Amino acid sequence: MLKELFTKTKKKKYATIPSEAAKQDVPEGIMTKCPNCKKIMYTKELNKNCKVCIQCGYHHQMDSAERIKSFLDAGSFRELDREMVSGNPLGFPEYVEKLEKDREKTGLNEAVVTGLGSVNGYDVSIAIMDATFRMGSMGSVVGEKITRAIEKADELSVPFIIFTASGGARMQEGVLSLMQMAKTSVALKRFSDNGGLIISIMTHPTTGGVSASFASLGDYNLAEPGALIGFAGRRIIEQTIREDLPEDFQTSEFLLKHGQLDAVISRVDLKEKIAGILEIHQPGGTFEWQEN
Amino acid sequence: MAGELEFEKPVIELRKKIGELKEFTKNTDVDLTSEIDKLEARLEKLESEIYENMKPWDRVQIARHPSRPTTLEYISLLFTDFFECHGDRSFGDDEAIVGGIAKFHGYPVTVIGHQRGKDTKENIRRNFGMPHPEGYRKALRLMKQAEKFKRPIICFIDTKGAYPGKAAEERGQSEAIARNLFEMAGLKVPVICVVIGEGGSGGALALGVGNYIHMLENSTYSVISPEGAAAILWKDSTLAKKAAETMKITAPDLKGLGIIDEIIPEVKGGAHKDVAQQAKYMDKILKDSMSELLAMSEDALIDQRYEKYKAIGEYSFPNEFIGVK
Repeated sequence: MLKELFTKTKKKKYATIPSEAAKQDVPEGIMTKCPNCKKIMYTKELNKNCKVCIQCGYHHQMDSAERIKSFLDAGSFRELDREMVSGNPLGFPEYVEKLEKDREKTGLNEAVVTGLGSVNGYDVSIAIMDATFRMGSMGSVVGEKITRAIEKADELSVPFIIFTASGGARMQEGVLSLMQMAKTSVALKRFSDNGGLIISIMTHPTTGGVSASFASLGDYNLAEPGALIGFAGRRIIEQTIREDLPEDFQTSEFLLKHGQLDAVISRVDLKEKIAGILEIHQPGGTFEWQEN
Repeated sequence: MAGELEFEKPVIELRKKIGELKEFTKNTDVDLTSEIDKLEARLEKLESEIYENMKPWDRVQIARHPSRPTTLEYISLLFTDFFECHGDRSFGDDEAIVGGIAKFHGYPVTVIGHQRGKDTKENIRRNFGMPHPEGYRKALRLMKQAEKFKRPIICFIDTKGAYPGKAAEERGQSEAIARNLFEMAGLKVPVICVVIGEGGSGGALALGVGNYIHMLENSTYSVISPEGAAAILWKDSTLAKKAAETMKITAPDLKGLGIIDEIIPEVKGGAHKDVAQQAKYMDKILKDSMSELLAMSEDALIDQRYEKYKAIGEYSFPNEFIGVK
């Protein structure tokens, strides 16, 4: 018995090759693998870099809470209309259950978080869509909360900033969801006519009814790199025109090339760049001139 | 008759039979008058049974009927002195949208609408009534022109949707639609919208931000086609009939949801059965809407539009309100 302990262990009968699954198996939470360049990095490190891959610059999905943390001044955010929840206007089967499930999954009541906060000291009214809730789809609550955030901006005379992330209209609310496009646009028009500043930042994905309403109505339309932005779905277009679409079709870069965006900005620089725009919209400066 | 629809077949067959019997009576000595009278009474009953109890899917079929009257037909029947204007001044002229200036009971107006074709050749020219961004930009140009000359605007909505194509995306389909929603909100003149056929999603809404939204009785207005809804929701586009009911897309449904203002009645069996009569039904409601809106100030018109859209949506606060106000 004791002797056995000191003898050389027997040769292994089988060679162990780590399985494909095991290779992929990164300890949950601690490490994150970039789906683009496959680099494995510390999640902490990734988060510190605004969830932008430190190697290839790929923008990982950000939820509303992370967005607030990375974009607004610490402790400045005050949420509006947090408790607003959707009805089931069409009596759509299983809709209520689906909403309930997503509420539990995300801890959110709906696909947009709105409120007041500041960016490098500049007060703003802000709406942040969250694609983790029902794919960020727009129903009555999303439309109403965004409209109220616009009205709040108007009331307080502060800029309105929106981060969009949405698959489009919420099918289960039918034409009511379609009408939210009109509702939000009508509110933006009034705000704009009163001199309000609108900044739209499109993030992955911004499609359908959201891209065809407030997302495209900024005084400045910006986007994060590599985001999918478009009106119609790629598959539908391919079926309609029966030809393959370019690789970069409906990406931020494609839109920039075709004149649909002011700029594509990395999330790492976003706060500073937006603060710069806000700064230019502040009254101030001295300029002396001579009257003839 | 060409273009008969499945649900109205019993009516059409009975009518055919009556016709045959009449022909027979005329050519022979056999008198079938009493039979014919009986059948005609039955036809009348059958007609009202079928046309007054139409299911959503039946209405979808009528809304899509190949001979359903189009924008240009209504324009020729409702307006005088129509002068069509072309082009968006930036890219081209999209014939899926028509627009121009005209007179309505002597009053100058601007009229704009989606334009389908009625045969293959015209449909190709009109891109099946599915606009590109330049179509929406042409519409907006004409609206701004109407505003300058203080002309009310009448929009006819009739599209399956904005065209889903590569060029459309490149030229900013989203932005073109969004811009129209935004600018229509602020127009200082009355805007009356009438859904005359299919009102498909954002492509329809881009001509649809108005003071009044009316719908022909057998038109539809929806966020997605019934086929599309079925494919997304149940992964089966053959469930379109079910989707047409669930999605609430007919004029009576939308009236019930408070989205539209008036249902314009249609002639029995659908507008295509008697376009002239249909135009008369439409004329009455347009006249009423015009006189109401022309009495309003510019600000009142804009405010009315604001409140109208602000009111659409269903939500609640079941828990205690904890946000800041």
